[in-house]
Amino acid sequence: MAKKRYPETKILSKNFDKENSWTFDVARENGAYTMFEKALKEMTPDQVIEEVKTSRLRGRGGAGFPTGVKWSFVPKDVDKPKYLALNADESEPGTFKDRWLMELDPHMVLEGCLICAYATGLSTIYIYVRGEYPLSQERLWGAIREAEEKGFLGENIQGSGFSCNAYVHTGAGAYICGEETGLLESLEGKRGHPRIKPPFPAVEGAFGCPTVINNVETLAHVPWIIEHGGEAFAKQGIAPDPDNPRSNGSTGTKLFGVSGDIKTPGCWEFEFGITVKELLYDYAGGPLDGREIKAVIPGGLSMPVLTADELDVPMGFDDLVKVGSGLGTACAIVMDDTCCMVEASENIAHFFADESCGQCTPCREGCHWMEKIFKKFNANQGTRSDLDLLEGLFVNIEGRTICALADAAVWPLRSIIRKFRHEFVAKMTPEEQAAEKEAQAEKARETAGVS
Amino acid sequence: MSITLTIDGTEITVPEGTSVWDAAKQMGHDVPVLCHDEKLEPVGVCRMCVVEVEGARTLVASCVRECEEGMVVRTGSEVVERNRKTLTELLLADQPEESAREATTGDDQLFALARQYGIETPRFPAGNGRPVDDSSPVIAVDHQACILCDRCVRACDDIQSNLVIGRTGKGYSARIGFDLDNPMGASTCVECGECAAACPTGALINKPITVAIEPKPLKEIESVCPYCGVGCALTYKVDEEANKVVYAEGREDTANEARLCVKGRYGFDYATHKHRLTKPLIRKDAHYPKQALTGAMQRKDDGTRTNGVYPDYEKALGAFREATWDEALELVASKLSAIRDEHGGDALAGFGSAKCSNEEAYLFQKMIRAVFKTNNVDHCTRLCHASSVAALLETIGSGAVTTVYNDIRNADVALVTGSNATANHPVAATFFKEAARNGTKLIIVNPHRPELADHGEYVRLRPGGDVAFYNAIMNVILEEGLEDRAYIEQYTENFDALKETVARYTPEIAAPMCGIEPDKIREIAITIGKANAFLVFWGMGISQHLHGTDNARSLISLCLMTGNVGRPGTGLHPLRGQNNVQGASDAGLIPMVFPDYAPVEDPEVRAKYEAAWNVGLDPNPGMTVVEIAHAAEEGSLKGMYIMGENPFLSDPNVQRARDAFMNLDFLVVQDIFLTETAEVADVVLPATSYFEKTGTFTNTDRRVQLGQTALTPPGEARLDWEILCDVMTRMGYPQSYERIEDVFIEFSDLTESYKGLRYEHLLGRGKLWPCPDPENSEGEVVLFGDGFPTPTGRGKFSPAEVLPPEEMPDADFPFILNTGRTLQHWHTGSMTRRAKALDAINPEAFCEVHPEDLAALGVEDGGMVRLSTRRNSIRVKARASTKTSKGSVFIPFHYREASANLLTSDALDPFGKIPAFKFSALKVEPA
Ligand SMILES: Cc1cc2nc3c(=O)[nH]c(=O)nc-3n(C[C@H](O)[C@H](O)[C@H](O)COP(=O)(O)O)c2cc1C
Ligand code: SF4
Ligand code: SF4
Ligand code: SF4
Ligand code: FES
Repeated sequence: MAKKRYPETKILSKNFDKENSWTFDVARENGAYTMFEKALKEMTPDQVIEEVKTSRLRGRGGAGFPTGVKWSFVPKDVDKPKYLALNADESEPGTFKDRWLMELDPHMVLEGCLICAYATGLSTIYIYVRGEYPLSQERLWGAIREAEEKGFLGENIQGSGFSCNAYVHTGAGAYICGEETGLLESLEGKRGHPRIKPPFPAVEGAFGCPTVINNVETLAHVPWIIEHGGEAFAKQGIAPDPDNPRSNGSTGTKLFGVSGDIKTPGCWEFEFGITVKELLYDYAGGPLDGREIKAVIPGGLSMPVLTADELDVPMGFDDLVKVGSGLGTACAIVMDDTCCMVEASENIAHFFADESCGQCTPCREGCHWMEKIFKKFNANQGTRSDLDLLEGLFVNIEGRTICALADAAVWPLRSIIRKFRHEFVAKMTPEEQAAEKEAQAEKARETAGVS
Repeated sequence: MSITLTIDGTEITVPEGTSVWDAAKQMGHDVPVLCHDEKLEPVGVCRMCVVEVEGARTLVASCVRECEEGMVVRTGSEVVERNRKTLTELLLADQPEESAREATTGDDQLFALARQYGIETPRFPAGNGRPVDDSSPVIAVDHQACILCDRCVRACDDIQSNLVIGRTGKGYSARIGFDLDNPMGASTCVECGECAAACPTGALINKPITVAIEPKPLKEIESVCPYCGVGCALTYKVDEEANKVVYAEGREDTANEARLCVKGRYGFDYATHKHRLTKPLIRKDAHYPKQALTGAMQRKDDGTRTNGVYPDYEKALGAFREATWDEALELVASKLSAIRDEHGGDALAGFGSAKCSNEEAYLFQKMIRAVFKTNNVDHCTRLCHASSVAALLETIGSGAVTTVYNDIRNADVALVTGSNATANHPVAATFFKEAARNGTKLIIVNPHRPELADHGEYVRLRPGGDVAFYNAIMNVILEEGLEDRAYIEQYTENFDALKETVARYTPEIAAPMCGIEPDKIREIAITIGKANAFLVFWGMGISQHLHGTDNARSLISLCLMTGNVGRPGTGLHPLRGQNNVQGASDAGLIPMVFPDYAPVEDPEVRAKYEAAWNVGLDPNPGMTVVEIAHAAEEGSLKGMYIMGENPFLSDPNVQRARDAFMNLDFLVVQDIFLTETAEVADVVLPATSYFEKTGTFTNTDRRVQLGQTALTPPGEARLDWEILCDVMTRMGYPQSYERIEDVFIEFSDLTESYKGLRYEHLLGRGKLWPCPDPENSEGEVVLFGDGFPTPTGRGKFSPAEVLPPEEMPDADFPFILNTGRTLQHWHTGSMTRRAKALDAINPEAFCEVHPEDLAALGVEDGGMVRLSTRRNSIRVKARASTKTSKGSVFIPFHYREASANLLTSDALDPFGKIPAFKFSALKVEPA
């Protein structure tokens, strides 16, 4: 191969290959909890938050919110308990990065949580793990017990006066419980119905108390940031756009996953900057023999698709937005030329219709009707007005609901319809196909006439 | 803090916390809503009310979004309107062809929006058919029409605190569910109907009770519920042509805040039941000597008692012949006059009723006193709160509540004792539950575990352990120095006597008497002692004992000692049972007093009434309910007038009372049905039901409200007050009033508490007596902030000692029998068992036995048992229930076929003359 492969950088994954990496002894040998000790002994909580802000670390759960900023929203002097809810629900389709962290390096995850707890002055950590991850649950509980034994959890940790406890809470298989406020409701023992915001969880979260919610991978980055400093982290990856004062760039490393129609699905850690194409071809082995990649959703299911021609873009927060998609969970789903985009659409719509919590009318009813319309196409009964109806629905679903699940349904579907309209036309009734052809011709004539 | 924002180009300033929707509404913008209801906490789920906010990424649900400084809002932009239209279309796609709400009350909010947006046929394919649930007797559920707006959930949880409805499923298959997704009729639903009242669509609809509910104009009658003492204000929707109440709705802006219970909302149809009496009846000669006519009234239980509701009503009617009013009234007047003239007025007596209005009560006691020439007039208050009233009059000089039930909102600790409020004062109970949710600590003391126990701290008292328990509580309060010295000093007397008594009741001494651990007693005492505002509600579990007066005295002492009277959130509230017990007592339906509790022995008082009524009056207090029965038994009482009461089921040791009343020379019963009592009458006068008359009713809060005529009376049934006037006139004391309000004016002008009140004041929220300035005030909510209406102006401590109950269980009668009521039925069931829905929900007699006791008897849950006391015995179905403690049996007294009062004792509390309905030694056997 002429071109050099984009290099892996193993920070989060540094222990993944070690034997018994999940045990305290192995983790400790590799430095686990030393950064927590450092923070406790050498830094004030504010200094920790400053360091994380400097790092420009952005949330790895999908929304990319700057983590240090989020922590600074937590009120300092309140007469209430405060909580950390670690989002380990990882139910986004095609996404399995947090699982690797929890199964292979739970102590790194815990250490990140503890530093966060110290920085924001909270003393209870709930780790909300998806129900289908029994091994993650087991390893996290094991790590908690070990950390308690070794005095890194519990009362007066290492004589610092700081106390903190951690618990694993098991989800029950609902996608919506990964949405941060749905998660809180579920944690409180209620149905996972996302809450209206404001108030935001940092002010009024679990049990009405200030709550930090972060993704597993987000917090796993924190020990490294304490060790090497926020500056060092910010130097990795893609720097913020100097022309855009609001840009935060995509700093540090990231776990990237690939699944779907691909030769070697997997998960790798890189600094931000690797392109979708490099990821798919240099690491995931490219398409299956004799097939061609048709479309890729770069992060989970909830982002607009990229066509095969659009893959030369770096997997970065802002970079993917620029081409009309988004990083999401950074775990790409690949569809090749054997995949019918209309069937894929039905599948996607079904997922969201089924996983909607059912509160908001646009989401509950809208996702269902989208699914129904796709079904109609798959029965070769589609019409052109059905596509217009869908476009109308998209407008009236996106940005109209309590949480982002409905948006997440609209984004991939709208992009598929726009980018693969011909596949939908092919599944219309013969009359409609003829009408479409006529309309296209008319349009062509018009454009020709105008130009 | 106030906030200034711009809505549709105009600036508006609102208080912080105002929602955008409310602000827009203030400006006259009607932003459409589906899930929002101003009575409920907004949830923002339907997204119909979205508006554009400049700078926001998304459209904002105005019902949940608080106004922010500088916000620029557009409520009707094209984007927003398009969104609303799409939502309506999406929701409409799944609706049934016809909206059940449109077809009934005609106010389906989704269909209204569809009309507004001109949507006829939605472009989305129709839905997949969600089920219909027809299992509730009162509410039709059609899940297909449900738009998941959550209103019913909030109505059930937040308004009524019943916690029955929730959501089940997710995504498109989300639905509302009852309990664990049971059919509504098989759930813990209590049929209050709040959900159907809140639902904007055809998903939850009231089933018809009388005639079909149709979207046609109905007459709206503002009135009050005819049942319990809570006195819920409501509106009857009346089909004038059919002469039927079609449905009932709670009224906003009233004490009950539009809440109703199953009785008030669905129990109105008894008025038009086919059993209504329409002609005066005279007993046929062939039916002398008198005998019970129906199976349920047979002397001994030969098995016929358990044969359902009113199976032989026609047969009973056959013992009477129809008569003209003239003939019947003449017979009544001549017979009663003859007895009076021959044996003196004391050979006559009358029972009025707490179901009748103040006007009727006033006229009835006037008739007994001025025309019958006796003070032998009483009513069922004797059987419910006479002891409470005796204790209150003795200690604080006033027999009514010192504050309203709603005031629990201001209490930090509330004691609810001897009360099964969710069944007997259901709407008041919703306020108790709500207060508990908002932080009021509820302490529930009761031998029979009431549902309210789920909402607070429950202590299971040993039956009859009240005085010991409260003395011990006071003992601890004194021990801990938690009494209110300053209050005691300034406002009370006789404290030393109380101190002396309670000193002897340490928790250790009281524990075996009341069955509550000493530590628990201490804990509760300290909670009460430390409370800033402490309020006591009590029911008949306190009053209906041989020592009922002592029980009430203890509660009064507790409040006085801790300074908990006369401030918001504090006070004494005996929960009055029937809709007008307070008013009937206020109006003088009591043998010792004229209206306003003015003693008959007091010459000055008597002179006032003699002048007012222009007739000489008896200076001796008359007999009470049970004493009257005993006088009839013994023969000194010869004639009686019973208006609207049914002592043949409600009196204690009722077989004795029945035998006694059969012994009378002449009995006239004025009622709407041929009640168990009327079966043995000589003359039965067909009266008007609650719905056919106007009059005032005073609820447990002292709130005087106006009930208004909704229906025309059937056949020749006549207004009660007119009948009374006719009888008086025919007995030589001519009485006539132009209109019923004149009776009220005569009554109110004779009293201090009602003085100045007129009908025009009593609509809407009504007035709390005393109300010196009815034009401008609702009346006094909290009484006695500054002393008491006693001779010294002080509240008097009246210490109570523990005395043994009148009948001890023994080897033959090892159980303790407790009687009470159920949610659906009321009193002797003559009304509620003729209400279709109430009867359907609660059709048969039962008793509750602890499962272990039942197992020991070898009886299955639902099997028959024989209950016997030293007086009588009945057969009844047994339900296994842990609400009763081991060794106790609970039985409601509504059921004629298994009358609990055949078992109860007629021994009386010496002060209140109230029988011990709550305590009898009992034998239980398989049957
Ligand atoms: C429908 C939905 C599902 C989500 N699921 C997850 C999830 O499984 N895991 C996760 O970390 N974040 C998930 N999120 C994002 C969270 O709401 C939240 O943004 C995140 O946990 C914040 O953590 P971070 O700032 O560390 O990324 C989801 C969001 C939505 C709208
Ligand atoms: S957008 Fe969908 S998933 Fe999110 S709160 Fe609304 S209904 Fe629930
Ligand atoms: S039943 Fe009625 S009130 Fe309840 S959620 Fe459905 S539409 Fe709303
Ligand atoms: S609580 Fe009492 S007054 Fe109110 S509706 Fe029920 S029975 Fe009627
Ligand atoms: S009315 Fe505001 S969201 Fe339903």
